[in-house]
Amino acid sequence: MYEFDYHHPDSVAAAIALRAGAADGSYLAGGMTLLPTLKQRLASPSDLIDLAGVTGLTGIEVTADRVTIGAMTRHAEVAASEQIKGSIPALAFLASQIGDTQVRNRGTLGGSVANSDPSADYPAAVIGLGATLQTDHRTIAAEDYFQDLFQTALEEGELIRSIAFPIPRRAAYRKFPNPASRYAVVGVFVAQFAAGVRVGVTGAGPCAFRPAEFEAALNQRLDPAALDDVVIDHDRFNSDMHASAEYRGNLLRVMARRAVADLLAQPA
Amino acid sequence: MSDTGIGKSVKRREDIRFITGQGRYTDDITQPDQTMAVFLRSPHPRARIVSIDASAALEIPGVVGVYTGKDLSADKIGDIPCGWLVKSADGTDMLVASRPPLAVEWVNFVGETYGIVVAETLAAARAGAEAVVTEFEDLKAVATLADALGGPQIHANVPDNLCFHWELGDGAQTDAAFAAAAHVTTLELTNNRLIPNAMEPRAAVGIYDRSTEEFTLYTTSQNPHLERLILSAFVNLAPEHKLRVISPDVGGGFGSKIFVYPEETAVAWAAKQVGRPVKWTADRSEAFLSDAHGRDHITTAELAMDKDGVFLGFRVRTRANLGAYLSTFASSVPTYLYGTLLAGQYRTPAIHVAVDGVYTNTAPVDAYRGAGRPEATYVIERIVETAARELGVDPAELRRRNFIRPDQFPYQTPVALIYDTGDYEASLDKALKLVDYAGFPERRKASEARGKKRGIGLSCYIEACGLAPSQLAIQLGAGVGLYESGEVRVNPTASVTVFTGSHSHGQGHETTFAQIVSDRLGIPFENVEIVHGDTGRVEFGLGTYGSRSVAVGGSALMKATDKIIVKGKRIAAHMLDAKPEDVDFEEGIFAVRATNRKLTFGEVAFAAYVPANFPEDLEPGLSEKSFYDPKNFTFPAGTHIAEVEIDPETGVVTVAKFVAVDDFGEVINPMIVEGQVHGGIAQGIGQALLEHGVYDGMGQLVTGSFMDYCMPRADDLPNFIVDTTVTACTHNPLGVKGCGEAGAIGSPPAIINAVTDALGIRDIAMPASPERVWRAAQGL
Repeated sequence: MYEFDYHHPDSVAAAIALRAGAADGSYLAGGMTLLPTLKQRLASPSDLIDLAGVTGLTGIEVTADRVTIGAMTRHAEVAASEQIKGSIPALAFLASQIGDTQVRNRGTLGGSVANSDPSADYPAAVIGLGATLQTDHRTIAAEDYFQDLFQTALEEGELIRSIAFPIPRRAAYRKFPNPASRYAVVGVFVAQFAAGVRVGVTGAGPCAFRPAEFEAALNQRLDPAALDDVVIDHDRFNSDMHASAEYRGNLLRVMARRAVADLLAQPA
Repeated sequence: MSDTGIGKSVKRREDIRFITGQGRYTDDITQPDQTMAVFLRSPHPRARIVSIDASAALEIPGVVGVYTGKDLSADKIGDIPCGWLVKSADGTDMLVASRPPLAVEWVNFVGETYGIVVAETLAAARAGAEAVVTEFEDLKAVATLADALGGPQIHANVPDNLCFHWELGDGAQTDAAFAAAAHVTTLELTNNRLIPNAMEPRAAVGIYDRSTEEFTLYTTSQNPHLERLILSAFVNLAPEHKLRVISPDVGGGFGSKIFVYPEETAVAWAAKQVGRPVKWTADRSEAFLSDAHGRDHITTAELAMDKDGVFLGFRVRTRANLGAYLSTFASSVPTYLYGTLLAGQYRTPAIHVAVDGVYTNTAPVDAYRGAGRPEATYVIERIVETAARELGVDPAELRRRNFIRPDQFPYQTPVALIYDTGDYEASLDKALKLVDYAGFPERRKASEARGKKRGIGLSCYIEACGLAPSQLAIQLGAGVGLYESGEVRVNPTASVTVFTGSHSHGQGHETTFAQIVSDRLGIPFENVEIVHGDTGRVEFGLGTYGSRSVAVGGSALMKATDKIIVKGKRIAAHMLDAKPEDVDFEEGIFAVRATNRKLTFGEVAFAAYVPANFPEDLEPGLSEKSFYDPKNFTFPAGTHIAEVEIDPETGVVTVAKFVAVDDFGEVINPMIVEGQVHGGIAQGIGQALLEHGVYDGMGQLVTGSFMDYCMPRADDLPNFIVDTTVTACTHNPLGVKGCGEAGAIGSPPAIINAVTDALGIRDIAMPASPERVWRAAQGL
């Protein structure tokens, strides 16, 4: 780890100001990606602005039509939340599948979504549910947020405060974990709303996305078999030693089918 | 019998300190005025070092010194040697590549050390290492085994990168067997490269005392005396009597800590240069890059049979990856620990094996849990299973037809070994019963009804343990004997301090050895202390590997304990006015036969140190030592059976059942043995399904962290069903054979036999990863 200045602000405004004043500052949320990167000396921020003490960034609020989760809320809290289990159980389940116990106790929703790792779980739900990100100065729709590999709509220094997830009628998440890292090789979030079915995919591509063909097929017939003949173009999918693009394409279909089956197993 | 005696599942006494954080590992050793070291490591798989400029590093506050290979050479520090000389089939010696502890001109794998930076703090040492400017001339590397023979020549003295071409067995006789065969099964196999990943990474603390000119090296070694011997005799670090090597608590080794490494050597040397203690602890990334890796073979095997499936001949051609340099025992692993095991449990009359050991631009490859024997077992048990399928014979039945029968021991195999005892059918029968072999078709149907594929696979393994009869080992090229030493020191108050040359790095010796000695002397288990891992306290030792500790180290302690009893009888006889031959010793009591005259062990021990009226020929004291040199290897054997269920849509393999029935001979502590078996199976399943050390085509390590290198975890494993059969080893006093490696040896072929059975295919490469299995299941 290289040396850096450490800051522990107590408000969003102070955090923003510190970030703006730093030569090459970085926010620290749960640190589950940033800290290993620092330890390996792969990053050398001048300033680390720890968000752990910032008020107003944590907490879960459920209204009639949405679940709003503070950006610094830990995965373990989302996984255990009775409120979320009662409104979007698939979201609590997704959080329970992230990393391991230690990661879930440290990692945060905002950190995961801000980082936009192509294999992270949360982005599948953010885009699958059509969530809205509230930052320090604006709102961003999920569709506009994920742009490319580790690239999002966040501007330099922009801070996610919370994310609001619309409550679907039913939803389900299935992931195929990397046997080593337990990141999603492919993760599929399927949500049924009054207006139709949405599908969010993580792991397969450079960032989370909605497979239009899957949504079209499922909006015609909400059944796992509806996905059997959908053509999957895996040319732009990720490929690594654990999974080729072709295999990811297969997993996308299999995980989607299983998610739909899980969704249909829930009361309508 | 007491509840802490031989055969009892005594809880491991060392675990109390391990699980409460009281273990004392090398990194816990902190010396006054200590400095920290960081190594300069090659980022290139193969390169020439053009220049190293440390001037900027030396300017960094806290940096104490920067040393390179040239500094070590100037101080006459020698190469790190390989301890086993293998000869090629043409009688020539293997070609040894020079391996200085810090590379001088050439670096040959990513992570190879070429310099050491010593500083006040770890942070300063890291900063110093980054400030060193090294110019490399990058050269094309040999990245894989497949590329080795035709690739660029790595070492000037090794044409074709061929270190040795070794053969064993009668080639002409084997050819004749094939000519007469009714059926031949052929299989091409890969044994995947593994990275050991002991829980504790390697570490060292070097100390130099100017007043006595003595070095002390704390390090994570499985055999501290061997480390001292090599550092003295070959590396020229210090004379043996001026070097003390201490291996305190060590958190796992699996073979990777047998060897003498550059880092430990350089740390000890640097302590003298800077005149202060120097500490280094590998981080996990360094461990991945620089610990000796395991396995990495490609093999063609052919099995010749008559019309009834009786094995006539076995021909094996293997290319073994040795990495960039020969590690301490590297050359013995794919030869004498591999080729000699190719008879397996079978009567195959003619066997011929040829092994090409080749250099590549990868980390050195050496012994890893099983060391050669997993590779041999994989070849045998995969081809036997395949042969059974080709012949349409039940795989258990084909094995039965070919087993060496109990009445055929001692059995001379065609590949040099003489098996002393065994009953292979007994283990097979028990395992078949435990797995409910007869019920498998029903279970397969049930799986198929759920859209899954189910398979079952057998593996009847044998291993040679208890390394080793010194005369034989030295004759075959070993640079040292492979006996063990033990000392039993009875204190005046009758507590006993035991010194063993074996080294515990997780095996539980402090418990097992105390069981042996306390049982034999009839004294409380608590009164026996086991000392190991310190050349300053233990006379000599050859350490722990090859499942040798109880068979060789335990036998040495038995011999020393027996000498205590002999001496005790002489003392008792004197005190009781009898002849020593009339004194019996049982359960801690010396008694004159057919009288009521007796003394406790405690009374005799006290008298030994308070010799009021000993005659001239009776020395005071009660302390004895012994060296035990085994007469033969021991031959643990057994049957492992795996049952797997496969999801054909994703390729995920679930191990549904795993049965291991092992014959380890007599067992000292069944609970510890069971734990060893569990750990071994976990590693074997890891090899078969999860673990893979991968270099890319350029020679960069792809699997350099746990993000990509998949260690087996509890939820990857079923509840193991383990049991034993017993044929006692015929040639050591305890009747034991050793249990440390069996799980890792027997299990991989059982798993792959089950996977190929489920999928109806001939072969699948290890690890049978989800994508590989999916492709096979889909016929892609």
